[in-house]
Amino acid sequence: MMRLIAPIKDHHSEKRMFFGRVIFSAVAGTLLLGVVIARLVQLQVIEHEEFAEKSQGNRIRIEAVPPIRGLIFDRKGRVLAENLPAYQLELIPEQVPDLDDTLTRLARLGLIEESDIGRIRDLSRSGPRFKPVTLRFRLTDDEIAEFALQRPRFQGVDFQPRLIRHYPHGEIAAHAIGYVGAITTDDLARLPVAEYAGTAHTGKSGVEFRNETLLHGNAGHQQVVTNARGRQVPADPRDLTQTLAPRVPGEPGDNIYLTLDLDLQMVAARAMAGMRGSVVAIDPQNGEVLALVSTPAFDPNLFAIGMSAAEFNALQYDLDRPLFNRALRGSYPPGSTIKPMLSLAALETGATNLTRRNFCPGYYSLPGSSHRYRDWKPEGHGSVDLHDAIEQSCDVYFYSISRDIGIDRMHFYLDQFGLGRLTGIDLAGEKEGLLPSTEWKRGAFQARADQVWFPGETVIASIGQGYMLATPLQLANAVAAMATRGRRFEPHIVSAVENAMTGERTSIEPTPLEPVKIDNEFYWESVVEGMHDVMQGDAGTARAVGRGAPYSMAGKSGTAQVFSVAQDEEYDAETVEERLRDHALFIAFAPLEEPKIAVAVVIENGASGSRIAAPIARAVMDQHLGYGSNALQ
Amino acid sequence: MRFSDTRGLFERNAAPLTDVARVMRNLNLDGPLLGGLLLICGFGLVVLYSAVGADVDLWLQQCIRLCIALGALFVVAQLPPDFMRRWTPWGYLTGLILLILVLVLGEIGQGAQRWLDVGIRFQPSEIMKLAVPMMVAWYLHDRQIPPKFGQLLLVLLMILVPTALIASQPDLGTAVLIAAAGILVVFLAGMPVRLIVLLILLAIPGAYTLWNFFMHDYQKQRILTLLNPDTDPLGAGYNIIQSKIALGSGGLFGKGWTNGSQAQLEFLPERSTDFIFAVMGEELGLLGLLSLIGLYMFVVGRGLYIAAQARDTFTRLVAGSISLTFFVYVFVNTAMVTGLVPVVGIPLPLVSYGGTSMVTIMAGFGILMSIHTHRKLLPH
Repeated sequence: MMRLIAPIKDHHSEKRMFFGRVIFSAVAGTLLLGVVIARLVQLQVIEHEEFAEKSQGNRIRIEAVPPIRGLIFDRKGRVLAENLPAYQLELIPEQVPDLDDTLTRLARLGLIEESDIGRIRDLSRSGPRFKPVTLRFRLTDDEIAEFALQRPRFQGVDFQPRLIRHYPHGEIAAHAIGYVGAITTDDLARLPVAEYAGTAHTGKSGVEFRNETLLHGNAGHQQVVTNARGRQVPADPRDLTQTLAPRVPGEPGDNIYLTLDLDLQMVAARAMAGMRGSVVAIDPQNGEVLALVSTPAFDPNLFAIGMSAAEFNALQYDLDRPLFNRALRGSYPPGSTIKPMLSLAALETGATNLTRRNFCPGYYSLPGSSHRYRDWKPEGHGSVDLHDAIEQSCDVYFYSISRDIGIDRMHFYLDQFGLGRLTGIDLAGEKEGLLPSTEWKRGAFQARADQVWFPGETVIASIGQGYMLATPLQLANAVAAMATRGRRFEPHIVSAVENAMTGERTSIEPTPLEPVKIDNEFYWESVVEGMHDVMQGDAGTARAVGRGAPYSMAGKSGTAQVFSVAQDEEYDAETVEERLRDHALFIAFAPLEEPKIAVAVVIENGASGSRIAAPIARAVMDQHLGYGSNALQ
Repeated sequence: MRFSDTRGLFERNAAPLTDVARVMRNLNLDGPLLGGLLLICGFGLVVLYSAVGADVDLWLQQCIRLCIALGALFVVAQLPPDFMRRWTPWGYLTGLILLILVLVLGEIGQGAQRWLDVGIRFQPSEIMKLAVPMMVAWYLHDRQIPPKFGQLLLVLLMILVPTALIASQPDLGTAVLIAAAGILVVFLAGMPVRLIVLLILLAIPGAYTLWNFFMHDYQKQRILTLLNPDTDPLGAGYNIIQSKIALGSGGLFGKGWTNGSQAQLEFLPERSTDFIFAVMGEELGLLGLLSLIGLYMFVVGRGLYIAAQARDTFTRLVAGSISLTFFVYVFVNTAMVTGLVPVVGIPLPLVSYGGTSMVTIMAGFGILMSIHTHRKLLPH
């Protein structure tokens, strides 16, 4: 029966039991909290030092302070490359509420290109969200004013002052000075990464590239307070920054003085306007490069400011190749410009003498062959001696003595003028050209039949055709050696390096090279006289150019055949015709007695060395010797 | 009503009451408990101001939530325990239905779903934090204590069904708290110790099943990370490592309010919610933490005292469970932040940023106050 009745609750025993459990809980709880407190004591008292150190390391990061890049001056101290403060437009992705809307509105204001929106959007979404994305590298004053008014409407977009490399003379000396551009992953592989941690640009070509280590300077460093995502947070002087080490500003890069003369460079560049080619002027007494022009050129500021892919492609794939440094890398058949040097070789080897006369009927045939090697003058020059042959550029005379010199002795002497080998100029990327010899031909071809040197190849080599190739720099260097009657120097473009902090200047001494081994002064004078008459004689090919000059000068024209036009490019008929014209070359130096300048001019498809290239050489020499009619301010 | 009880009543009346005490009693509030809670909340608001990076808007929002929570406490304190007991099964059932609803809607909406949008958004799991222990206490109220084995099984079912539903949301932290609240009732009701041991033994294969079939990867990761946080310093172990650095670098006296570099520079994740204890440890040091722990212990102690003073099984069990659950909150959060237990996502009660759990906790203390202040009116 008892079972049917609901069990009677025993309140006393229930309460006792409950008390027991409560006390048990309280004890257990106290013990558990005791464990937590013990843990806290362990962390906050016993291991405090260790964690305090870890927390310091957490929040302070060392950040590189980019050094100020060294300036570049011309030989008279005029600025060729400087650093200008510029305002760039930046966007911090994490602060922008609506990226698409913001970009669209920026485009409407004309601050970014409509076509750039996609690229900027990708950039903003790829990197860390706190890292600024540069929208524009350089804002104009009007744009800054305009944006300043609109700024409240563009959360997360702002302009920031930065130093930007600036080339005040634009494309005038673009190939010589070179340019800086944004550092790429390839650059980082060769540059000391730590030094460049804060640097955005590095030298990409020309003096900027070759002297990168000097120009860049040494990075300084500062400690910055960061949060967990590596983002710098504004330093609050009140508390967090008190323990920061002082900022170490780093050392600015060295200033570099070039041997270039800006006035001369301008005269040469303007004279070359509208033409493809190169002018190189050298001081024959020490190898200083006075002017180095390659046209068409480009505005190096575009690289420093940054350009769109479309702009870069336009430069890269331009038919006229504005980025190509023709002065150092353009390899052209030297044509008749080698005749003075070859004359010396002929005299020295006895292949001819100063009185020997040859009859020029307008062509030349090798014995036992009916093939006619033609002179540029179809009716011939008649009876000519070596002097006449130089003055009138008689091909047949040189054809006829070429076999007596022989290709290997030609190689021996022309090599001493620096043809076929690197000049050693302090700029990167020069080509060595090609100076053929029998030995060269054996190594250059696969098939046995091709390795044989044919007599006909010697004939055309004597007028600088066939395999022979030279760069404008090599030609300038060679004519400088003519000017000094064989004394030679390594061409160089840096004249002095100046420590930007102390002002201490270190001059670069000229590096003499092995002189040309022709000791007979009479030979030299005779050949130089022939070159003089080219410009200032009665029958000289360039007498129209040298006429009326207040100083003496010597020169030699050259015309190099163009064999073909690259097949993979699409040319219209007119372009093809233009591009099949001969290259025009001219080498010159002045004055005769104490030469101060040696010039080489190459104009692609210029057709005539005497008519097209020579006047440019004359203008450059006039300017350098103080007779510049169009002297610039 | 027994004599001893009436004498207690007379004695209380006999003592001269201060004005404050009279107001408190008329409002059905318990002075010491309310005082302890307000001190914790005040301390919490000071720490939170620093933990949200001195963001006044966020801080004010928390103040408003605190006011709402105190309002809930006040309203609940006016409800007589008898009334609450009568409505307990309905509250439990409603909570259960809402949980199932959330699960179904969640499956439609894909992914984790804890919220139910009925004009205002709220989490049904919050109801269960109170409804589950109250339901168990309701069930045991009329029965002989300690409960028999069959009754225990039914009680475990009452606890496990909502727990499983919440764990599948997935919200491991809340599930742990609700299971703890329910089980604590059974424990306080005198569940035999050998049964507890047996359950622990059963829990081992249960844990195995849970691990292999029910737990999400991120939950497994949390446990693995606890065992060795240094293996994944930037991934799952990051929270614990940064939290330990914050605490450790704080030392005995701390770096000073709003000067904690770990917290202010955002090294410390979830600094205003689950890891606010570490912010406090960094800025106010061990002494600051011990003060807070002392306040918590006082509140829990007062809760247990109220439970011990309660007049019937239901109120006794509910009061005990609510107090001990509050302790579980404190313990799990502090143990988690100090790297003693896995990161289960339980906030530091009354201090962490966020409103829902604060309202529930305060409502729970409202129940405690109601139990304490309505004692004399209970029929026996």
